[in-house]
Amino acid sequence: MAEDYLVKVQNLKKYYEVSKGMFKQKTIIRAVDDVSFSIKRGETYALVGESGCGKSTTGKTILGLTDATAGEIYFQGKDITKISYSDMRKLRKDFQMIFQDPYASLNPKKTVREILMEPLRIHKKFEGKEREKKIHEILEIVGLSKSHLHRYPHEFSGGQRQRIGIARAVILQPDFIIADEPVSALDVSVQSQVINLMLDLQKEFGLTYLFISHDLSVIEHMTDRVAVMYLGKIVEVAETEELFENPKHPYTQALISAVPVAHPREERKRIILKGDVPSPANPPKGCPFHTRCPFAMDICSEKAPEEVFFTDGHKATCHLYTNSKEEIKDVIRNS
Amino acid sequence: MAESILEIKDLKIQFQNGKHIVQPIREVSFQIKAGQTVGIVGESGSGKSVTSLAVMGLLPDRISSIPSGEILFDGKELTKLKEKEWRKIRGNEISMIFQEPMTSLNPVFTIGQQLSEPLKRHRQLSNKEQKAAIIKVLKQVGIPRPEQIIHEYPHQLSGGMRQRVMISMALLCEPKLMIADEPTTALDVTIQAQILSLLKKITSKKDRSLMLITHDLGVVAEMCDWVVVMYAGEIVESAEVNELFDRPLHPYTRGLIQSLPSNNERKSKLYAIQGQVPKPEQVKQGCIFANRCPLAMEKCFQESPPAFQEDGHLSKCWLQSSDEGVVR
Repeated sequence: MAEDYLVKVQNLKKYYEVSKGMFKQKTIIRAVDDVSFSIKRGETYALVGESGCGKSTTGKTILGLTDATAGEIYFQGKDITKISYSDMRKLRKDFQMIFQDPYASLNPKKTVREILMEPLRIHKKFEGKEREKKIHEILEIVGLSKSHLHRYPHEFSGGQRQRIGIARAVILQPDFIIADEPVSALDVSVQSQVINLMLDLQKEFGLTYLFISHDLSVIEHMTDRVAVMYLGKIVEVAETEELFENPKHPYTQALISAVPVAHPREERKRIILKGDVPSPANPPKGCPFHTRCPFAMDICSEKAPEEVFFTDGHKATCHLYTNSKEEIKDVIRNS
Repeated sequence: MAESILEIKDLKIQFQNGKHIVQPIREVSFQIKAGQTVGIVGESGSGKSVTSLAVMGLLPDRISSIPSGEILFDGKELTKLKEKEWRKIRGNEISMIFQEPMTSLNPVFTIGQQLSEPLKRHRQLSNKEQKAAIIKVLKQVGIPRPEQIIHEYPHQLSGGMRQRVMISMALLCEPKLMIADEPTTALDVTIQAQILSLLKKITSKKDRSLMLITHDLGVVAEMCDWVVVMYAGEIVESAEVNELFDRPLHPYTRGLIQSLPSNNERKSKLYAIQGQVPKPEQVKQGCIFANRCPLAMEKCFQESPPAFQEDGHLSKCWLQSSDEGVVR
């Protein structure tokens, strides 16, 4: 491998079977459908998409919180979908998760000390006094203090709880952290505090993030590369700056244009998509996006598009680019 | 100047919490003119939702009270109204769009049944006329095949469609004032864009006023004519929307605008307001924002600033007090 990939996901699939009744056929929901991407050491990789696009399921499957239906997940070169439960447990200390809802993800019956002690105890890291010291250190780093040690989660505000959740994830000094919408439940002024904390931690410990979010302005600010998901598939991958300057896939263009303006005098040409995301139980044939796509052609409803590569690892899955490229530019310009 | 449809004067709201009395709203005054969209911005705990509930008369009877202040709607004083009188106004002259379309629609009634309720209460229409009115309003909010949708239940609709139904319900009786409490927070960005453009279309017609409660400055920039910034139960700043974004006066408003990721350089440290919003019982003397304010002076911790006003731009901050600048 030419580049140092920490995590490599290949053809990952996660299907859920939903029972419709005793004698009826089960429907299969393709939550994640043939997704491949790789994350370099030290980078922040973003998964963007609307609710139901499979971004959280992808995160959970990588961590092994749900089993993959098919596909491989390489972590430091090892395929973690095939290893035994006990090996997986040992590996878990190297990848951790920060959850979305700071109210639901902390055990209300445990004090901060107990919450932070648990990972150390389970993975048998350090001994007695050393553990206490470690907990103090980590609290300091995330901006809390010793005086908070014996309090319960309900005594904290949302921002502080998210700090505890982050402390719990970092205390084992993992290499890789999956952050599933870590700031979307927080107020604006607190949100920026938590983003700053995550950026600081990344510098200090050399962390690699998989950042799952629907908030494009946060993604533009803090990530290196972005994968855009729609109905369980990745439709576009690019470096963050490239993606925001030069989005190729019509869905990405619509997403970016839908972000509210930052100043009332700012004028933005907006692509307003019609309708809702189709149900993943019954995705449209061909390109999954063709039902809402403003540029849909005949071929889109028949054949699923292939990946088209542009410069610097920028790729998109769209029929607009599979044929001769000049033609397409006209389509976009004229519309 | 256009006439104001809603005027709130020195409103105070108290809540009884066991033996303690907390006051989440302290002296809030603002007005909404006919045809205007006014944004109320603030973080959770700033009192923006409580204010809107007071305007709708939906504050919980037993534990809350309004010790002083007035809410004038179309010249009528609302705070002293009886429940019976409220019912004539609610859903008829003032209507509300709630945040969570999933929980605010009744799951056991069809869309048609729920939409006919305000018509039954406020209008005398035959069944046929009712149905026609409902279908007309559903078409207006862009719901496809309304003739079938009225026989469906809320769970059969997606989040965006449910929010459209909520909006159509608020529109049914052609209210003079609509209150939208975080109407797009629970929705995805592309659906949010749909709903915002729908709200824009609705408010552009006639002299319909909208009070838009949100925490999202982007939504405010897009929708509103006038902005009221609330913090911990007080109005800290209020101004015309362009003026507010060009020349924010209060340090809290400045902090909010600066902390938007799009106003910071990529990968740099975001501007952050330190600390968090005080709870109503923690409010002490002095300016409420003083403990988080980067520009706080000694005076700020001792004396609460009055509202300084200049050309309608109001800011509650000692920084605005030069001797000639003080109005009031």
